[in-house]
Amino acid sequence: MAKILVKNNLAPAVYEFIIEAPMIAHKCQPGQFVMIRTDENSERIPLTIADFDREKGTITLIVQTVGNTTTHLCETFIVGDEILDVLGPLGMPSHMSKFGTVVCVGGGIGVAPVYPIARAYHKLGNKVISIIGARNKDLIIFKEKMEAVSDELIITTDDGSAGQKGFVTDSLKAMLEAGEKIDLVLAIGPVIMMKNVAETTRPYGTPTTASLNTIMVDGTGMCGGCRVRVGDENKFACVDGPEFDAHLVDFANLVQRQQMYKGQEMLEYSCGGHCKCVEE
Amino acid sequence: MRGGMRNPMPEQPADIRNKNFEEVALGYDMATAIDEAQRCLNCPKPRCVEGCPVNVEIPAFIQAIAQSKLNEAITILKRKNSLPAVCGRVCPQENQCESKCVLGIKGESVAIGRLERFVADYAREQGIDITKTDIDSSKDKKIAIVGSGPSGLTAAGDLAKMGYDVTMYEALHAPGGVLMYGIPQFRLPKEIVKHEIDALKDLGVKIIPNAVIGRTFTIKELMDEEGFSAVYVGTGAGLPHFMHIDGENLNGVYSANEFLTRVNLMRAYQFPNVATPVYVGKNVAVVGAGNVAMDAARTAKRLGAEQVYIVYRRSEDEMPARKEEIGHAKEEGIELRLLNNPTRILGNDKGWVNGMECVKMELGEPDASGRRSPVEIKGSEYVLDVDMVVMAIGQGPNPLLKQTTPELETNKRGNIVANEEGATSIPGVFAGGDIVTGAATVISAMGAGKKAALAIDEYLSKH
Repeated sequence: MAKILVKNNLAPAVYEFIIEAPMIAHKCQPGQFVMIRTDENSERIPLTIADFDREKGTITLIVQTVGNTTTHLCETFIVGDEILDVLGPLGMPSHMSKFGTVVCVGGGIGVAPVYPIARAYHKLGNKVISIIGARNKDLIIFKEKMEAVSDELIITTDDGSAGQKGFVTDSLKAMLEAGEKIDLVLAIGPVIMMKNVAETTRPYGTPTTASLNTIMVDGTGMCGGCRVRVGDENKFACVDGPEFDAHLVDFANLVQRQQMYKGQEMLEYSCGGHCKCVEE
Repeated sequence: MRGGMRNPMPEQPADIRNKNFEEVALGYDMATAIDEAQRCLNCPKPRCVEGCPVNVEIPAFIQAIAQSKLNEAITILKRKNSLPAVCGRVCPQENQCESKCVLGIKGESVAIGRLERFVADYAREQGIDITKTDIDSSKDKKIAIVGSGPSGLTAAGDLAKMGYDVTMYEALHAPGGVLMYGIPQFRLPKEIVKHEIDALKDLGVKIIPNAVIGRTFTIKELMDEEGFSAVYVGTGAGLPHFMHIDGENLNGVYSANEFLTRVNLMRAYQFPNVATPVYVGKNVAVVGAGNVAMDAARTAKRLGAEQVYIVYRRSEDEMPARKEEIGHAKEEGIELRLLNNPTRILGNDKGWVNGMECVKMELGEPDASGRRSPVEIKGSEYVLDVDMVVMAIGQGPNPLLKQTTPELETNKRGNIVANEEGATSIPGVFAGGDIVTGAATVISAMGAGKKAALAIDEYLSKH
């Protein structure tokens, strides 16, 4: 059981939860995630650890309402409520080193998992350039937090309502074309964004890492539901990743596997399958 | 004639049970159990006990049933076995206790497993609780058990009875290991597993779910920071094997672990009343022929698959599953495709399975182990019309433990190296069950847990 200590609405349909999880807060490293189960009939879903406080024994989770479980969590859980199961920290920590100049790219709520990694890069003395993007200005999250850990922060919006108009990849491409020396690019966000970042850096040979958001069940390596093609090998994102060399990831296979339960995800489980949504 | 034959087990009819998740075998009633118990000859040197990996005093508990002393029967059973309702259901008794029964020479052996199940079920239904009275004096030492499957549960129960302060860590949200996520409801109802685990909690065993070794904590931290004097590792064989053939990443291809975890642990068979979905095709191929394959095939059938195939590269004689499970599967309409091996999985343009290419096999000369190895018949490839594939070709040890405890000696397969008593290369760290032997049976894992509990007690008496 993990008690919710703070709940904030960061953007439309995006919530921040600070929860009590001392064992996880004690151990977690940037790049790791947790599996949660909200209550007895809930499924298990992965969420990245967006921040942690070892002394207070808390971790921060950022949740966007995209389906039954996330909607249930965001709309019915309030401060003081307990999340039934929280397992972690899971996954390999981000590889930390002094690389030189690191560009951290976050799309949508992908900015949240980028934050602890960018902070750690910054602390190690890397020059951190962050590019955070969203559809419009209301959907930009973690702006101040990212500012605090970046030497330079670029904001992009699809509609130009904040920062530069366009995609995160436009800004990244401009940087590469201008001949800026970049030692590492980290991308976290929707699959299409991570794929486009990989294609943008590929011709320049810039090392690029993506944090993959596969379907997961246990999160400990026992089922292979999260398997993904990386180079010539199948990897389990939950134990071998979630970060991989973006130039080796088979993004088409990732997109295809994410669609596996699309039909079932449309069903509203709490209605017991008797409502109209099932007939349609 | 009656003297030579065992009492049959009542079962749900095959064409009814293959559409529900209720238990298949219904259990003996009192009169039948007493009648069956009276077949036991009460041998002075009972060989059945030797066949039991945890050495249950079999004639003694059966004599108690024969005399209608059921409280006594459960007390005798639980002295050696903390999980009799589980063992009575899932042990391969035909290879263990029952294989040694002298009645089996001329007729049928005593139905020891069915009687064990009867007593455990009777005790549960009547609320007979004998565990609390069984605890020794306190030993004032803390022992950590990593993994709450059959071997961990057994070690925890025995150590708690010896008076130790036992804490069990489990990565999943529910304890029980394969008993919860692997073996289906229709063979082992989950309420029964929960009941037997609750009896351990009554002995004082603490269970901490959502704690994964190698991530949430390491063995070293348990011993240096958390004050545990000894650690028992029973983390099992939970890493699924794939065949590494083309098409294994198509949608509709599952490991048996994932398919069964979704259905058993997450109760996806109740979707959409629970949130975890599971995909089930119209025509399903399950690759492999062990008990896990039988469970996956019978589960797919119950979820509504029209045609379910077991695809196996050897013949029926070599199938590792229990005969009883193979029989149940056949009765339920599962079709065996023996001497067949998948070569690739085919998909449509959306990335979903729409066929599996197989090659026919024949058995060649016996190899060094005496087993005839399957050889491909060249040019015999054909496409099996399936839209879902479950890989049930075995499991290995999870690599997380090794990654974070490199000083723990493992063999080239990744299994922990431990001696007969379960002692590993690290003093005070013991291991047993599938993590040591590779995927085996529930009862052999329990036997390992029992031996290790004794070895831990001996170790702690000296340290």
